[in-house]
Amino acid sequence: MALDLHARNGDEAGWVGQSIPRVEDAALLAGRGRFIDDLGTPPGTLHAAILRSPHAHASIERIDTAAARAMPGVAAVLTGAELQGLTSSLVVGVKAPVECWPMAIDRVRYVGEPVAVAVAADRYLAEDALDAIEVRYAPLPAVVAPLDALADGAPLLHEGFPGNLASDRSFSYGDPDAAFASAPHRIGVAVEYPRSACTPIETYGVVAEYDPALDAYDVLANFQGPFSIHAVMARALRVPGNRLRLRTPPDSGGSFGVKQGVFPYVVVIAVAARLAGCPVKWIEDRMEHLAGAVSATNRSTRLQAAVAEDGRILALDWDQIEDCGAHLRAPEPATLYRMHGNMTGAYAIRNVRIRNRVVVTNKLPTGLNRGFGGPQIYFPLERLISRIAATLGLDPLDVVRRNLVPADAFPYRTATGALLDSGDYAAALEAALRDGGHAGLLARRAQARAEGRLYGIGYAAVVEPSVSNMGYITTVLTAAERRRAGPKNGAQATATIALDPGGTVSVHVASVPQGQGHRTVLGQVVADVFGLRPADIRVITEMDTAKDAWSIASGNYSSRFAPAVAGAAWIAATRLRERLARVAAVQLNARPDELVFAAGKVFSPGNPGNAVAFSRLAATGHWAPATLPEDVEQPLRETAFWTPPQLGAPNDADEVNSSLCHGFIFDFCGAEVDRDTGAIRLDRYVTMHDCGRILHPGMVAGQVTGGFAHALGAALLEEQSYGPDGSLLTGTLADYLIPTAMEVPEPVILHYETPSPFTPLGAKGVGEGNTMSTPVCIANAVADALGLVDIQLPLLPSRLSEALHGAEPSSPRREARPPPAAPGERALFGSGHAEVDAAPEQLWAMLLDPDRLARVVPGAHNVQRMDETRFKAEVTLGIGPVRGRYRAEIALSDLDAPRSVTLSGSVDGVLGFGRGRGRLRLEPVGPTRTALTYDYEAAVGGKVASIGGRLLDGAARVIIGQFFASLAAQASGRRPSLWRRLLRLFRRRA
Amino acid sequence: MSRHGPVVLDAGQRHPVRLALNGRTVSGEAEPRMLLHDFLRHVLGATGTHVGCEHGICGACTVQIDGVPARACLTFAVQADGAEIRTVEGLAPAADRLSVLQEAFRTHHGLQCGFCTPGILMTLDALLRERPNCDEAEVRDALSGHLCRCTGYAPIVKAALAAAEALRETDHA
Ligand code: FES
Ligand code: FES
Repeated sequence: MALDLHARNGDEAGWVGQSIPRVEDAALLAGRGRFIDDLGTPPGTLHAAILRSPHAHASIERIDTAAARAMPGVAAVLTGAELQGLTSSLVVGVKAPVECWPMAIDRVRYVGEPVAVAVAADRYLAEDALDAIEVRYAPLPAVVAPLDALADGAPLLHEGFPGNLASDRSFSYGDPDAAFASAPHRIGVAVEYPRSACTPIETYGVVAEYDPALDAYDVLANFQGPFSIHAVMARALRVPGNRLRLRTPPDSGGSFGVKQGVFPYVVVIAVAARLAGCPVKWIEDRMEHLAGAVSATNRSTRLQAAVAEDGRILALDWDQIEDCGAHLRAPEPATLYRMHGNMTGAYAIRNVRIRNRVVVTNKLPTGLNRGFGGPQIYFPLERLISRIAATLGLDPLDVVRRNLVPADAFPYRTATGALLDSGDYAAALEAALRDGGHAGLLARRAQARAEGRLYGIGYAAVVEPSVSNMGYITTVLTAAERRRAGPKNGAQATATIALDPGGTVSVHVASVPQGQGHRTVLGQVVADVFGLRPADIRVITEMDTAKDAWSIASGNYSSRFAPAVAGAAWIAATRLRERLARVAAVQLNARPDELVFAAGKVFSPGNPGNAVAFSRLAATGHWAPATLPEDVEQPLRETAFWTPPQLGAPNDADEVNSSLCHGFIFDFCGAEVDRDTGAIRLDRYVTMHDCGRILHPGMVAGQVTGGFAHALGAALLEEQSYGPDGSLLTGTLADYLIPTAMEVPEPVILHYETPSPFTPLGAKGVGEGNTMSTPVCIANAVADALGLVDIQLPLLPSRLSEALHGAEPSSPRREARPPPAAPGERALFGSGHAEVDAAPEQLWAMLLDPDRLARVVPGAHNVQRMDETRFKAEVTLGIGPVRGRYRAEIALSDLDAPRSVTLSGSVDGVLGFGRGRGRLRLEPVGPTRTALTYDYEAAVGGKVASIGGRLLDGAARVIIGQFFASLAAQASGRRPSLWRRLLRLFRRRA
Repeated sequence: MSRHGPVVLDAGQRHPVRLALNGRTVSGEAEPRMLLHDFLRHVLGATGTHVGCEHGICGACTVQIDGVPARACLTFAVQADGAEIRTVEGLAPAADRLSVLQEAFRTHHGLQCGFCTPGILMTLDALLRERPNCDEAEVRDALSGHLCRCTGYAPIVKAALAAAEALRETDHA
C-alpha cells in the first residue's frame, strides 16, 4: 500500500527525499536547546543524589541515615525499605516468583545498585548527605559470566530463579534433526559476545512531583519509550495510569535505546518527591550512568550449521545463553527475542533449532541499546558464513550468494515466522561489490600480503528489522501461557494534525526524538500533502501522556519513525486534505478529486486562476462552520492511529513476525593489523543499505555514519567490563573507551532502494543496521588477516597479541607472590624503605599511640579509639577523578617491640572498599636514625577499582609515601614543611 | 587563582564571582567547590554549555576562558573570577543569524541531538581562529578531545573544513 506522495499535489519534486536543513539545528547550535537540565523547575524543587552499592553481591545488614537526615539542607533520605512501603515491584520479564525493585531492599546484586537517596536543597548538599549514610554490608560471592551462573554451586541471585536460570525455551522449525543427520558437514562457532552500552552524551534526568490530594504523580523525564513501560511505572507507583502524567522535554541528548532504562529511576525519584513533599530533580552523573543505567546483554552462543558440499546451509542449531544482569526487568528478555523471526538472517534456511536460556548475574541489568539483539545474533551467524567458506575452501561471497533469500521470493516468510517485506539481496550485493570497489580491495590485499603485511577482507550480510511487533516478547512464554495472558501484538503509531484559526498547520506525534530530526521530516511529509513549505508546518514531538494521543508502541525505538510514525502523520494529513478538498470543491465549483494543493493554494489544474488560499480554506472550519458541506466531517483536527496488520501475535508453533520491516545490509571492509602493536587500521569500509524509500538522504547518511561509529567502538574498544568478583572495571569514560574522531573513518555508503509494501511511505528503519553488520564484518577481516579461527570482541591489541606474538609467559614476580585479592578484585602490593631521623624506640612509641598514629594516616579525621590496638577513622582520599570519604578501621598486631609490627585495616565508602595489611620493620642505623622497611598487600573493589591500574598503583605509592613521611615528621618532631624533602627519600623497590 | 595574588577562600562560604560572559559583565556567588559549569548553567542561567561526564573526557562542557578552550567541569567557578568566558551563546552574530561555523554545521548535518555540539563549536571556533589554514588532520586532532555519539564525526569534520574555507574566502574578499 505504498502510495505516491506527489501524485495529487501536482508538485512532482516534493519535499520528501530532499536533504533540507533541519529545523532543529538553529536553536541547538546557538545554545538554546531545551534539554531536561535546561528547563526551569517549579519553585521549591529539591535535588536528589543516589547512594550506590560498591559491592557486586552483599547483604545489607544495616543502613543508618540519622546523621544524613540531620545535615543542613537535607529534606529526606529514602531507603529501599521506605520505597517498598510506597510501591510495588517492577514487572519481571518472565513468570517466576521473583521481585524486581528499583532500589536494593536487603541485598545488593550489582555494583551501582541504588541503596539510598538523599534529597537536599542542592545537589552538592545531597551528595554531602550520601557521605553521612552508613551502610554495613556483608559481602557474598558473586557470579559474573553466564556459563558460570549456570554451574553447580554458583552463587544464587534470586531464590525464584533456581540455578540463576530465568527462562529456558526450545524451539524447532522445519526438520532440523533430519537435516543435521543427512548433511555432509557440520560447522559451528562459539561466541562470547561482550557487553557494551551506547552511552548517550546526555545522561538520565527526572523531575517528579506528587499531588497527595489526587494521589497523582507528575513526572518529567528524558524517557524515550516504549510507552508500554508507562503501565509498568504506574503499576509500580500503585496508581492508575491516568494518575501518572509523564512528560518528556523538547530535546534529548541522544538515547540509542538507553533512555528506555531511566524508568526505574522515575519510580525512585517520584517516591522521593512524595516523601520530601515537594518536587525533586535528579540528573544522573556519568559514573552513575556507566555503573547504573543500562547495558546491552552479553551472550554466550553456540551456533552449528548443517552444510551441503557447495556451502548451502541446510539447518541451523542455535544455543543462546543470554545474560540480563542482576534483575530481569521487563521488557527484558526482549533482547533475546527481538530477532526471533529473523534468526536465519538474509538467508533462505528452512530448518532451525533454537534453545534460548536467560540467566541472571551480578552485573548491571540490561535493556534497550542500538541494535537490540542484532549484534548478538549476527556476530555468530556471519562468523559462521566465514567459517563455512574457510572449512570448505570456498569464497565467502559464494557462500553468501548461495544462501541469500532469492529476489522472486518476497514477501518471504522465514522458518521462524518473519515476513521479509521486500528486497533484491543478490542485486544489492553485486551492486555493492561493483560500486564499492571490491576488485580494488582484493588487489590491495594481494599487494599488502606480498609485502608481508597482515591484511584481511571481511564481509557481512544482515537483515535489519524495524518497527517491532509489541507481541514478539511473548515468544518467551509457551503457547499455553500466552493463551492465558491474552494476545499481544501490533505497533500502534499515532499522529495528530491540527489546523488553527489562522489556517496554519501543526503536527504532533508521540515519537520522542533523541536527535534524529523528526520535526524536519514530518514538516516535509505534511508540507507535501498540503502543498505548503516545511517552514509553514509547526511540529511538536515532545510527549505529555495526559494530553497527547499515544499508545504502548509510542516512543523512539526499533527504528520505527520513518516507517511507522511518519506514515501515520501522512495518513492524518491526507484525511484532512480530503475533507478540505470537499470544502474547496464547493467554493471553487469543482470536483474534489481534481483539486491540487500546491504553492499554498488549492485549485483545479484546468483553471489555476480560480484558486483559494490554503490558509483561508483551512480556517473555514473555525470561522464559518455553517458553510461546510453537510456530509463533511469537521476539517479541524485529525488523529491517525496506524498499526500494520502484518504484526500478529506469535502462533502456537511459536512463529512470530517480530518486526514489520526488514532492510538489507551488505558490508565489506579491508583491515590491516600492525604486526608489532596489534593495532587495527580500517583501510576501507563499504556499507550497502536497502532501507526502502529514503525520506531525507542527509539524515539517513547521519544514521548510518552514527551507527557505524557505535559499531566500530563495539568492535575495537568498548566493553563494559567486570572483574571476576563483579567489580566494575569501566566506571569512567577514561576506562570505557568511546571512539573519537581519530578512530572513526568515514564509511562509503551505498543504497539500493526497494520500498516496503507494508508502510505508508515505503520507508524502512535504518538507524541500527550497522551495529549488527559492522562488528562482525571487521572481525571477519581481522580473522582473515591473521588466519584466526576463533575471534572475540572487542578486538583489543592485547587480545590479538597472542596470535601475533605467541602466548605471554607469566610474570615470575606474580608467581612468586600471589596477590592477596579475591579473584578479580584489584590487587595492590609493593614494598619500600625509608630512613628517618628518630630512634626505633621513638617511632615505636608513636605506633602504640593510636591518636598519634591517626595523625599520620593521610586524610584521616574524626578519629575514635576502640581499644588499645584498634581505632576507627574517617578518611578522605582522592585517586584520579575519584575523591571520596571512607570509613576506616585500623588495627596493630604481631607486635615485636621495637622491631616490627603489622598494620591491617579496611576502608569502606560510597566510592569503594578495600582491605589490606602491611608489615613494618624498624632497624637502627645510628643512634637517632632508623631504617624503615615495609611491604604491603591490599585489595580494592567498587568504583575505586574501576580506575586504571597504573593510576591506582601510583596513588597507593603516593599515599603510603605520605604515611611514612608524616610518620617521620611526627617522630622527629619536624614540621610538615619538611615532608616534601622527606618524600624524596622514599624509593620504590617493588 | 585570583589575579591579585593568593586569596584564602572559606570552604563553607559563598564568594562573589564576577566575570565577562560573552562580553557582558555578570556576577554571582559560588562556594569554592562549585564547578564552573554549574555556575554558568544554574547560577547565571547560561544553559548552552552542557555536561556529559564531569571528569574531563567528553568535552561537552568546553568553553573559552580568556580565548583558550577549557573544560568547565575541571574548573572551579572561583577560578574564573575576573576572566573573560565565551560560551556557545556568544557565537552567533545576532539572535536570528548563525556564525559561519554554526551555519556550516547546519549545512553539513554536523549535529544530531546537539548535546555535544556546544563544546565542539567552542573548540573549533578557537582552532579556526588560531589555525585558519587547518587541514583535516588538524581538525580531527582538535576534535579528539570531544565525544559525539550521534554523528560518527565525518559530518563534523566536513563542517569544520567548510567553515575554514568560507572564513578564508571572506578574509580575502
Ligand atoms: S563534562 Fe567536562 S569533559 Fe565531560
Ligand atoms: S550530536 Fe549527539 S552527541 Fe554529538
